[in-house]
Amino acid sequence: MELILDRWFHIMAGIVWIGLLYYFNFVQAVALPKAKADNTAAGITKHVAPQALLWFRWAALVTWLTGAWYLERSGIGLGAAFMLKGSAATIGLGAWLGTIMLFNVWVLIWPNQKKVLGIVPADDATKAKSARIAFLASRTNTMLSIPMLFFMVTGSAAHGLPRLF
Amino acid sequence: MKNPLDSIVGTIISGFVLTAILYVFIVNFLLKV
Repeated sequence: MELILDRWFHIMAGIVWIGLLYYFNFVQAVALPKAKADNTAAGITKHVAPQALLWFRWAALVTWLTGAWYLERSGIGLGAAFMLKGSAATIGLGAWLGTIMLFNVWVLIWPNQKKVLGIVPADDATKAKSARIAFLASRTNTMLSIPMLFFMVTGSAAHGLPRLF
Repeated sequence: MKNPLDSIVGTIISGFVLTAILYVFIVNFLLKV
């Protein structure tokens, strides 16, 4: 029962995290330049983005923690997964990609977005540099999410399901 | 050379290419051991 609940929360948190990541990349990043052009960007930068970033970064952490808990408690082994050992290699690769993505969220995206959104003070040059770093980290995570999800769903041998390869 | 991550299409294609590379790596170097 513990593992079912853990896996349930892992997938729910993952949907919130990756759903918001796709919102940032496929919707907000495209809409913001247009909103700036007609002076309506403040609604997004003051109200939508901070709220989205709040759920985004904490969902990322919950996803990682529930995933790590699952790996350890299910018998796969956190160490075996991260060492890419045997049948744990597939899910382990997904775990590595997810870990890199979590790092990007908390170390690159969030600290730089705080400067961009004016949550912490920064001059215009710093804001421009921070915006570029946050953008590339976010795009990197969107790119990494594709193989990450592939190896999560095909890490089936480690879940006791039929192997796909 | 333009950074593929500057466009959504480039980002998605990069994701699929990376998936293929990692798939070949895991099948040939990790799961065969």
